[in-house]
Amino acid sequence: MTNTLLIILIISLIYVVGANRLYTYIAIIAFQGVVLFAVTFIELIEISVVNLVFILLETIIFKSIAIPLFLNYVIKRNNLTREAEPYVSNFLSVVVITAIIIGSFLLSNTIHDDHLKSMFFVAALAALFTGLYIIVSRRKIITHVMGFLIIENGVFVLSIAVGSEMPMIVNTGIMLDIFVSVLLLGIFVNRIGDVLKEHDAEQLRQLKD
Amino acid sequence: MIGIYIALTLILSLAIFFLRSRMASHIVVWCFMLLQWALTIFAFNHKYETTLEFFTFDPLGLIFLGILSIVCVPAFYHSYVFFNTRKNIPRERALYFAAMIVLVASLSAAYLSNHIAVTWIFVELTTLSTSALIYHNRNERTLEATWKYVFVCSISITLVFIGILFLTITAQEKGLKEISYQVLVANAALLNPFWLKLAFLFIFTGFTAKAGLVPMYTVGIDAKDKAPGPAGALLASVLVNVGFLGIFRFYEVISNTSIVSWANNILIIGGLLSIFVSAVYILRVKNLKRMLAYSGVEHMGIVMLGIASGGAGYYAAILHLILHSFAKPALFFQVDQIYRIYKSKSIYDIGNYFSYHTPGALVLLLAFFIITAMPPSGMFISEFLIFRAMFESGNIWLLVVILILLTMIIWSLARNIFKMLFIKTVGFREDHITRISPLETISQYALLAIVIYLGFNPPRALVNLIHEVTRNLPQ
Repeated sequence: MTNTLLIILIISLIYVVGANRLYTYIAIIAFQGVVLFAVTFIELIEISVVNLVFILLETIIFKSIAIPLFLNYVIKRNNLTREAEPYVSNFLSVVVITAIIIGSFLLSNTIHDDHLKSMFFVAALAALFTGLYIIVSRRKIITHVMGFLIIENGVFVLSIAVGSEMPMIVNTGIMLDIFVSVLLLGIFVNRIGDVLKEHDAEQLRQLKD
Repeated sequence: MIGIYIALTLILSLAIFFLRSRMASHIVVWCFMLLQWALTIFAFNHKYETTLEFFTFDPLGLIFLGILSIVCVPAFYHSYVFFNTRKNIPRERALYFAAMIVLVASLSAAYLSNHIAVTWIFVELTTLSTSALIYHNRNERTLEATWKYVFVCSISITLVFIGILFLTITAQEKGLKEISYQVLVANAALLNPFWLKLAFLFIFTGFTAKAGLVPMYTVGIDAKDKAPGPAGALLASVLVNVGFLGIFRFYEVISNTSIVSWANNILIIGGLLSIFVSAVYILRVKNLKRMLAYSGVEHMGIVMLGIASGGAGYYAAILHLILHSFAKPALFFQVDQIYRIYKSKSIYDIGNYFSYHTPGALVLLLAFFIITAMPPSGMFISEFLIFRAMFESGNIWLLVVILILLTMIIWSLARNIFKMLFIKTVGFREDHITRISPLETISQYALLAIVIYLGFNPPRALVNLIHEVTRNLPQ
């Protein structure tokens, strides 16, 4: 069951890089939150109730409700165009992501480790590199934030894989997630929207030598 | 003591944020300085003791804490000078000082923490407070620097977290219940080399954003350029130290495992590329503060090479870092005074500095000799020892390349700095020159004097402390 969910997560990564509209990105990020909730529920059922509730709050309330609403608000408030505006064609992106996923599978096959289920490793690495790819291949600043959120989802998968015995690590990861997302989106809402007219990374080119 | 320190810091930073009168901010800053020094003295008197479970007063933490407490005194003083000579909006001043206090406190806590996850949390706090400092002058360019800094530091801190997760995987396999540095160093030989390698790669890459090394150095340059001078001085010295500390603590863990030579290669590649990048950019950079920031990249590269070479290189690398942390702030404080005279940071606009502000020009000249490691400078000793360690470890060709790159760096620094000191610029109006009191340069002379003194006659206690830092490394 866990493997199926993780594969669904990986498929959603392919879908997100092929997508054209910002709202698709938001929907996928919300969907990944729900998938993470399900994975956590199956995997971490034996940890203490308080921790479980904390994790479930983070996945459902924060990842799939608060963040997507916030992103929606940012897009509406700043009148962003609804296109993702990649530098490369979507077809090429899908090919790259497929290569990343195959690479993650091959890498995880070289590990022989009883403690780590390799599917977690594959999903985490694939999400990490997909997020980095989205950051470098998209023009809008808001898509950079979305790429970062996908990286965070990958990190969360990895921390579930190791966290059943060390809940402190999982909680630290959740803290990172909330703290950084609020910081990034907070700057976005308060500042970037007011100062920069086009929300385009092209505008962030003044500092150079 | 740490608990009291953190609690009082929180109260003080909140107090300075809400009490916005000039008097109140003076009092709070004085209280904070007393608190910082109380912590430092307490820490030096309780070496190796652990408080609050996660904080140990170990030698490396003590050295860095001492540097921080010394450097933050002139930093606060020059911050007041900064606000007296520029527009002084109480709200912005309050935010600036609150961010400074949080930065200094989170750095102290990060230095002293003995658990990798706790270090990580406080490094994350430094990102938050630093971003408030960078955005002090509200305009588009500082916004760009802030956004880039926060974004790239967030990614780096995520990479460090992934590294910690990999470390946790192998620690769990071997039944370790916690991952404090002490436990990790003691059980390093048991851990699985594959996971250690992955963890080292991620942790090293993540901390390079703070340490100012290739690959993540870029945002640090923008940050040091755009933050106000006194804050930039802290970013260029004590914040760099925290990045080094993150890398070094983990290097200590793997230094007694089979992958140490592999890790040394990573450090050498990182160090060499850093020096290369800084040589290339210093050749063409036109902004004085960015030039100094790139010089910091070069020095961190040298430190990494020292660590990778082993032997005397460990001692020399730590000494180099200490001296660099005193020399760089002096330059940044001086740049602030240059800016007040010329109203520009561009090397084109600055010239004939000797006739406008002689004490400051002497600081610039002396500091030039010190950061290029020419003989009156203590960094001459540490760099010489690092090169000797590289020679002894058999990296002769690498040493040749490094020396060529360093020559390029020294040449371009000399060209720019002597131009600023002696050559007149066209179109500079001499009738309205800001007069700067020579008293404001005292702090810089003091810092540079420390560099010279520590290089030639390091006190016995400091030498012992550095040797204790490197006690876990293979000799």
